[in-house]
Amino acid sequence: MIEPAVTVENLVKRYPATVAVDGISFAVGRGVTAALLGGNGAGKTTTLSILLGLLLPTAGKVRVLGEDMLRHRYRVLPLMNFSSPFVDLPHRLTVRQNLLIYARLYGLPQRHDRIENLAEDLQIGEFLDRPAGKLSAGQKTRVALAKALLNEPELLLLDEPASLDPDTGDWVRCYLEGYRARTGATILMASHNMAEVERLCSEVMMMKAGRIVDRGSPAALIDRYGRTNLEEVFLHIARGSRAELEPVS
Amino acid sequence: MNRRGFSAGRVWAMLLRYLYLLRSSWPRTLELTYWPTLQMLIWGFMSQFLYVNSSYVFRAFGVLLAAVMLWDVLFRGQLGLSMSFLEEMWARNLGHLFVTPLRPYEWVLSLLSMSLIRVLLGMMPAALLAIPLYHYSIFSMGLPLVAFFAVLLVMGWALGMAICGLILRQGMGAEGLAWTVVFTLSPISAVYYPVSILPAWLQHASWALPSTYVFEGMRAVLFSGIFRADYLLTALALDVFYLTLGAGAFLFAFHDARRRGALLQMGE
Repeated sequence: MIEPAVTVENLVKRYPATVAVDGISFAVGRGVTAALLGGNGAGKTTTLSILLGLLLPTAGKVRVLGEDMLRHRYRVLPLMNFSSPFVDLPHRLTVRQNLLIYARLYGLPQRHDRIENLAEDLQIGEFLDRPAGKLSAGQKTRVALAKALLNEPELLLLDEPASLDPDTGDWVRCYLEGYRARTGATILMASHNMAEVERLCSEVMMMKAGRIVDRGSPAALIDRYGRTNLEEVFLHIARGSRAELEPVS
Repeated sequence: MNRRGFSAGRVWAMLLRYLYLLRSSWPRTLELTYWPTLQMLIWGFMSQFLYVNSSYVFRAFGVLLAAVMLWDVLFRGQLGLSMSFLEEMWARNLGHLFVTPLRPYEWVLSLLSMSLIRVLLGMMPAALLAIPLYHYSIFSMGLPLVAFFAVLLVMGWALGMAICGLILRQGMGAEGLAWTVVFTLSPISAVYYPVSILPAWLQHASWALPSTYVFEGMRAVLFSGIFRADYLLTALALDVFYLTLGAGAFLFAFHDARRRGALLQMGE
């Protein structure tokens, strides 16, 4: 049996003043697009940061692509990538320079060809030689996606991937659907954009206050709560009392 | 793809990033040479004045000029490392860098390499300009100059890594340390005067610094033509000690930043 792309067991991240992640467990199968869904402070970005090796958990186990992420992250990092609107590419370097450096960091052969191909795919060719700091928000999103896809990752982690204007957001969603279908990659995103999650994801983990309070496919969640869309489910959960929202095992 | 161990390619990638940054701004490149050249000009004229008014400078015209240029190796070595590090902080780029296979020690190696390049870019014009202006060549010191340069550069690296560790720990509020800390060592490094001038209790602190051995050794070469190998060996041993401490502090701070989640948040 193939091990899931991501397995998280009893993950806890505790800070002196708060518990950001409170004993969550989940698995994301290979080739699946899944989402951690929740409001601000729900623990989504903290969970992604731990999966990326940027943050050490207080307790728990994390396996990514068959490896223990806490002990052997350098075996897995070449096979993953991530994109976030909250982490910039250096502004004074051109897009091409930025991408070339990341291509080198991933040890890619034929870097220039790879960048040209991505530029064509993501329609960033016309501003490859422009400083990254002089791009519009939509252009930056495409460039960030190009950086995230440089090494053709088997696992792509996205933090709020399309939190932009509807046109760019729709464009990014289409591209991600195509990428997953073409490569069989696994995509895990943190989002509070319901439409995005409903369209892209087959698995959703609803988070609140560091816990997973419910999970399932978007359709199953909508059905379970007797709502018409995921946004209503989200609002129900977000506004529900703690007692009603015990973590789902 | 190299999934395990050290990769020179990744070190080169990071070095290339800093070279792109340097190339992208000619005022910054000019600034590298501006201060060392200005310092050399001031101390060159001062040396010309003191040469006929001071028995100390009369013993060797270049004693102040060589001191100011070698002090700049220490200062620029530390600053060169800290500045490249701060570029990543200002760019909020750590979150991207450390989801790649880049190891912290590979990043450090690129910072050290960039520091060397910045020192050479900053110092060479000043050193070369002193030859036609004051008929003084620091290169006339010969091989001891290479040893002095290396000791001071490594001391700058040790200090730079400790400062970067402190910035990782304390956040950008501590970035001013990159410009200021090294100057606290200047009075006790005996840069322009012999260590014997210092109060006895301060001399103990002075002899604990590799820089003191360099400047005392430099005066021995310039005044007496003697190369003090014992000074060099002690300075090298101290360098190894401080470099270990500096690297340890940096790597500890990096690990701590991963524990606190600071790698994603660090920035302006």
